[in-house]
Amino acid sequence: MNRSLMRQRRIVNFIALCGATAATLFGLVWLVWILWTTLEKGATSLNLQLFTDMTPPPGTEGGLLNAFFGSAAMIGLAVLIGTPIGILAGTYLAEFGLRSKIGGVIRFVNDILLSAPSIIIGLFIYELVVRQVGHFSGYAGALALAVILLPVVVRTTDESLRLVPNELREAGLSLGLPKWKIISNVVYRAGATGVATGVLLAIARISGETAPLLFTALNNQFWSTDMNAPMANIPVVIFQYAMSPYDHWHALAWAGAFIVTVFVLLLSIVTRVLLKTRK
Amino acid sequence: MIKIARAIGSFAVAATMCVTTANAGEVTGAGATFVYPILSKWSGDYVAAGGDRVNYQSIGSGGGIAQIKAATVDFGASDKPLSSDELAKAGLAQFPVVVGGVVPVVNLTGLRSGQIRFTGPLLADIFLGKVTKWNDPAIVRVNPGVKLPGTAITVVHRSDGSGTTFNFAHYLSQVSAEWKSKVGAGTSLQWPTGVGGKGNEGVAAYVKQLPNSIGYVEYAYATQNKMTVGQVQNAAGKFIMPSGRTFQQAAAHANWATAKDFNLVMTNAPGADSYPITASTFVLMYKQPKDAARSAAALKFFRWALTKGQKQAINLQYVPLPPALVKRIDAYITQNIK
Amino acid sequence: MPTQAAGQGHRSAYVSSAFADRLFLWLTAGAGWIVFAVLVGTAISMAYGGREAFQTFGWNFIVSSDWDAVNHKFGALIPIYGTLLSSAIALLIAVPISFGIATFLAEVAPPWLRGPIGMAIELLAGIPSIIYGMWGLFIFAPFMAATVEPWLTENLGPWPIIGPLFVGPPLGIGMLTAAIILGIMTIPFISSVMRDVFQAVPPSLRESAFAMGATPWEVVRKVTLPHTRSAVVGAIFLGLGRALGETMAVTFVLGNAHDFSASLLMPGNSIAATIANEFTEADSPIYLSSLIALGFLLFVVTFIVLAIAKIMLSRVERRMG
Repeated sequence: MNRSLMRQRRIVNFIALCGATAATLFGLVWLVWILWTTLEKGATSLNLQLFTDMTPPPGTEGGLLNAFFGSAAMIGLAVLIGTPIGILAGTYLAEFGLRSKIGGVIRFVNDILLSAPSIIIGLFIYELVVRQVGHFSGYAGALALAVILLPVVVRTTDESLRLVPNELREAGLSLGLPKWKIISNVVYRAGATGVATGVLLAIARISGETAPLLFTALNNQFWSTDMNAPMANIPVVIFQYAMSPYDHWHALAWAGAFIVTVFVLLLSIVTRVLLKTRK
Repeated sequence: MIKIARAIGSFAVAATMCVTTANAGEVTGAGATFVYPILSKWSGDYVAAGGDRVNYQSIGSGGGIAQIKAATVDFGASDKPLSSDELAKAGLAQFPVVVGGVVPVVNLTGLRSGQIRFTGPLLADIFLGKVTKWNDPAIVRVNPGVKLPGTAITVVHRSDGSGTTFNFAHYLSQVSAEWKSKVGAGTSLQWPTGVGGKGNEGVAAYVKQLPNSIGYVEYAYATQNKMTVGQVQNAAGKFIMPSGRTFQQAAAHANWATAKDFNLVMTNAPGADSYPITASTFVLMYKQPKDAARSAAALKFFRWALTKGQKQAINLQYVPLPPALVKRIDAYITQNIK
Repeated sequence: MPTQAAGQGHRSAYVSSAFADRLFLWLTAGAGWIVFAVLVGTAISMAYGGREAFQTFGWNFIVSSDWDAVNHKFGALIPIYGTLLSSAIALLIAVPISFGIATFLAEVAPPWLRGPIGMAIELLAGIPSIIYGMWGLFIFAPFMAATVEPWLTENLGPWPIIGPLFVGPPLGIGMLTAAIILGIMTIPFISSVMRDVFQAVPPSLRESAFAMGATPWEVVRKVTLPHTRSAVVGAIFLGLGRALGETMAVTFVLGNAHDFSASLLMPGNSIAATIANEFTEADSPIYLSSLIALGFLLFVVTFIVLAIAKIMLSRVERRMG
């Protein structure tokens, strides 16, 4: 009886783990399929010119340099604005707001913000910033991206910090550390991987958002470093080029998509390596 | 953790530091997707010729109208002209800047471009879902000698709002009373039948992929994708093959003289060789602009494009405006925009 | 004297650290309130923009399935239905797959494989949503039309109850295709958090379970999952948020059809896709207002869905102790 029960458990285990493997393969198949498509369709534009020339008019060769710069600048600014607020808010929820009513409300509100379509956020920032100032700008674009980034970081920070075992906090208390030092020195360090995952996921998401930028940063055909004016960015360029009738624009769009994905991958690798070496 | 934050932070700060003073000469425009390729081409050439930077982005005709009304751009572009009342209320002036065509495309094995013909009412009936098979007597009558299969017609239309849809529907409204009452003309319609593709690209992709289908796209998409284009009967009764020449005929014969503020949708234009589904895109600018310098720069660009930009337009399968119309526009601008 | 000074030094250190604690609390609470303010601001902005639609149509706006831009008649029923349906199917796909991936990474994969595969799955989140849309429109939809949909119509169509869900012309685009793509986009959000959370389980807990003779699957079910239950739920909410609000990808493949259809193979609509498809070409104030009102309704829908989910969860929590 014992042996057959053991065998049954082993069979269940085997099936479950096979299922897990199949699920992973399922996820990887899509990744490979989509990446292969972007690579194949963008191949003719994957050259050095992509990084040296500006977005071209139809019929002319060109690159995506102004779009890369604009996207990098706006994503960088968005991260600068949104990440500290997100981590701090997540910290509040995990450390101070665990059982409180206010904590519950903010958590709930954050989840709603998480589900907001990016186009709505774009419209909100449009009304708030672009209409008031009177023109499109890279600042408005960065702000819209920050608002999209914020709830992701809040949620993942909240969850990661809550998973840090209480023993660590108690150890800090027993050493006489004030609460803020416990959080910043002990809890943050323990939850760093999870928080980093959240930030990376959020960056991955905002790197590909088109709709919000359309109403805030617009786009720019030319090279510009002026954040207070329409700013070129990859997602809008991809959108406009892919929906055009011209083949070389299509190739640029797919090439741009491929580079964005590679950028997110590199960022992820670098961050994980840095976290590992620090530990 | 802190190190990463610092690294990201310093990069972001460095990026933000690259702020130069606002380019006083950069003109911003937004609006219809239809003119985006030619405006970006003109803009590139204009800069090469020593002119100001004109940055036009396609966010849709509705977007163009909204943005110029909100004065967040220096000019807007719309496939649908505004009425003189609406223009006066907003303090805007409008003028056409380029012409293009909307063509029916089909996917029928063995048929090449120009081998199938439609009358206006027939097109309306197909898109209304009244004519459902390719060998329907109505289609056969207009296409003697053409082998048409007995298969069902799959209608492909736009799933998103579009000026192309507006112009196509405006034409159908003129030639079919039933279409006008049942569906009407607008950028977004309650299509009686068919499947929706996103953008001209989406419609083109669908027609190419679904056998026995019919759709409508801007001319450039039909040629770039090497699709089978149908002829359409014009107001004079002749079946016209869409081409730069027949679009230009429509532009030349359209009744601009009586259109105040150029408020004219060119579909079903008179003229023996006019292609009936021709359309223009309109530029909207303030009569008394907030930023007079940028507005003047925009006007200089448009005058250059209207007089020196014909070759680029033709290369991209648009139609440059006929000289008489350009003169009319020039007079209008001088009179209305300060 | 020295002891008194030392005592005073300790007290001032205590006071300053209490102040620092207070400051930290305010800082983090302030950040929390910023989140609150952003949401409330966005919701108010949407409600204000949609007021003309609400005033004109009233409650009818929510239950009407009209959508006639030419005659200025709008109703939100079909977009709301489509949003809920596509998100539900997307989660149905994404949650089991994400759970499988997290289990794989925690129990099956050798340590050297964990990092690369984890990053590969995360990469799914890094693909721009517009690429999902374009790939969906030009590659996946034709594939569905040519291969999957005819198979479904033939094999599942005749079945009694679920049959009507799977009949229809093989168009390629439609609710099923959109929901699948949505599911794929949601996977990395749920699986990355689940993976992190599974790997954060104290090794001592897992090891003691193994020591008692548990199989890896039993360890996941009886140790890992219960320990990380709340975080797993959080990950699912993260995914739900992604699914409800996804705009670009769904816009390309959902078809923007303002019709009801029982079949998943037919085109449909969602709130985000309607707004994305029609906002920039909306040519009348009531049209624009209706679209913004739709945006506001999405907040309402999300509120209701999340509230129901949380109530159900708190009941489950209470029962499990």
